[in-house]
Amino acid sequence: MSDKKVKKTKKEKPNRIKMPEQAPEIRKNNFIEVPTGLTEEMAVAEALRCLQCKKPACIAGCPVSVDIPGFIQKIADKDFSGAAEKLWEKNALPAVCGRVCPQEIQCEGKCIVGKKGEPVAIGYLERFVADRAREKQEGKLPEIAEKTGKKVAVIGSGPSGLTVAGDLILKGHDVTIFEAFHNSGGVLVYGIPEFRLPKKIVKSEVATLIKLGVKIELNIVVGTTVTIDELFQEGFDAVYVGVGAGLPKFMNLPNENAIGIFSANEYLTRANLMKAYLFPEYDTPMPMGKNVVVLGAGNVAMDSARTAVRLGADSVKIVYRRSRDEMPARAEELHHAQEEGVEFVLLTNPVQFFSNEQGRLTGMECLKMELGEPDDSGRRRPVPIKGSEYSFDCDLAIISVGANANPLLTNSTPEINLNQWGNIIANPLNGKTSKKGVWAGGDIVTGMATVILAMGAGREAANSIHDYLTLGW
Amino acid sequence: MFKIVKREEMAQGTIVLNEIKAPRIAEKAKPGQFVILQKNEKGERIPLTMADSNPEKGTITIIYMIVGKSSALFGDMKVEDEYFAVIGPLGKPTHIKKYGKVVCVGGGTGIAVLHPIARGLKQAGNDVATIIGSRNKDLLILEDKMVKASNNFYVCTDDGSKGHHGFVTDVLKDILEKNDIDLVVAIGPVPMMKFVSMITKEKNIETMVSLNPIMVDGTGMCGCCRVSIGDETKFACVDGPEFDGHKVDYDELSKRLQAYLEDEKKSYDEYKKKVS
Repeated sequence: MSDKKVKKTKKEKPNRIKMPEQAPEIRKNNFIEVPTGLTEEMAVAEALRCLQCKKPACIAGCPVSVDIPGFIQKIADKDFSGAAEKLWEKNALPAVCGRVCPQEIQCEGKCIVGKKGEPVAIGYLERFVADRAREKQEGKLPEIAEKTGKKVAVIGSGPSGLTVAGDLILKGHDVTIFEAFHNSGGVLVYGIPEFRLPKKIVKSEVATLIKLGVKIELNIVVGTTVTIDELFQEGFDAVYVGVGAGLPKFMNLPNENAIGIFSANEYLTRANLMKAYLFPEYDTPMPMGKNVVVLGAGNVAMDSARTAVRLGADSVKIVYRRSRDEMPARAEELHHAQEEGVEFVLLTNPVQFFSNEQGRLTGMECLKMELGEPDDSGRRRPVPIKGSEYSFDCDLAIISVGANANPLLTNSTPEINLNQWGNIIANPLNGKTSKKGVWAGGDIVTGMATVILAMGAGREAANSIHDYLTLGW
Repeated sequence: MFKIVKREEMAQGTIVLNEIKAPRIAEKAKPGQFVILQKNEKGERIPLTMADSNPEKGTITIIYMIVGKSSALFGDMKVEDEYFAVIGPLGKPTHIKKYGKVVCVGGGTGIAVLHPIARGLKQAGNDVATIIGSRNKDLLILEDKMVKASNNFYVCTDDGSKGHHGFVTDVLKDILEKNDIDLVVAIGPVPMMKFVSMITKEKNIETMVSLNPIMVDGTGMCGCCRVSIGDETKFACVDGPEFDGHKVDYDELSKRLQAYLEDEKKSYDEYKKKVS
């Protein structure tokens, strides 16, 4: 351990670094990433705040167990490519995780420095190292184990599928990813907007996997184009299912099929995957709204609202039936949205939509709510206030109240057991499903959750698949 | 990539056939199913129901009318050119079994979608009458193929240039008067499917229609293609595209199909300017 760090922590404690970012009045007019990244000096200074704990709690808070003090020490030593190599040992997607993980409830939430002050900015540092390694093309890729001759099919190229592919290729297996879309990355390319996760980063992380030997077959919908049983017939020895939560939920309100009402999935897929905000340079049209309403308050809702702001809406409202404390979105996302002018209409529940003769959305009616007794989830249940109905104008509504499991794949493979919601039942320790040789993880098992949890599930499954391929079921 | 191995123009060049190399899809495709096509990286995703598939050759066939920028881009492609993406087979296949006496009604490019279904129904032992219609005789497609796929065959043109002078529904009414029909299949423009369904509903004859709402992903992920079927909202891409014709909210479907009219025009106009 370097002695200068010990001195530093004994003296006055420096504050946690603040990530520089585009000012709200500028960024709300562009799709460029909001936080601009740390400089080398900032990263080294922040790295020196790490206490290099003997029993690091931060590692326990990371679903893929990155050696956090290890990579931070390398930054402190200004060995940035060494830091990147440390990250890649455990995490195939560090530039993504550094940006989209909810660090406040994971690694940073466990950081000892955070007990008395602000935790070390582990996410910012991870992002810094990954970005620098990408831009400067430095850092040796990890070594690949001797080839085993075993073939693994990974279905879905979202965060969990990419993790499984990255882990298994390093263990010497032959890995092919099957993806239904024409681009790989799953939610990283169709869901999370450019201003939060630039697509060139996803592309580069996928390119790293390809460099390691992972094959990707695009435009294949497993379940219809090819079935899992056919993949086994084609010579695959194991299959990992990471197809995510597909079907968007609607609210079953009157007039919900009016023109101008979208699922967040559709709105964001048009914007992110199809680049519809660049219409007519790109061919997919983008629905534009002057008065936009987003129903729901998770990260997907924030992404939708902030996209609408950037497309020039006069007003963007988040309508949520509970209060601010219950909003599931990350604090940072809420803060960014608010800075960009998104309004929060809380304790408010939609009742119905209004449309004109052309079937286009013109407004909606809502009901005010108050918080009652806690429900099963421990959150206070919102109760309607009688007679509090009121209406307002809107011409674009985005529904972001979650998603159900997509049955396309599971319908074609009835031996895979499902729960009552259609999610795959998988062993929480290793991802094994009821069908021999098939694993599953991520949102198709848990329902809509986070990127890093999906990656964690992928990691467990990859270890279990490796055991199966080398030792047996 | 998905190479065009055969290209054919129909209806005076307004309708184009592409036979495309797509072995995985060809092996699985069944009548009634569709594919999503994308011309290039900047292109949009367009759903088209397959007109045919050939597992031995590893090809699928699509037939489309040139109505906007994307179909114009498709139409400009020559043999050996490649589609950036073709995804499928998507949607539920037509439920083909022995019903008895069946009438298949097709209009416009709907005839291309109807053909494999009529053929399948005939092979399954049904007595199949087909009625196809268009504005005039030059716009009719697949006449000889439809003749082969049916036991009785009728043509209608709006201007009387061939067959019955009038609408497909006139002939349908006539057939329904004289026969006990077990199933009607209608595929074509929304108003045509709507009127067919109104006629068959009075007589309580099971009616299948194939809907063509706007789609993005085609795998159930977004709900762009949602349609009202009875009291329920369904996603045409995974729950359909075929539905009970008596339960479809055709007016809502018509309106939703108009959602991007201005954008579509703008996109097509700019393209035409660029080409000329």
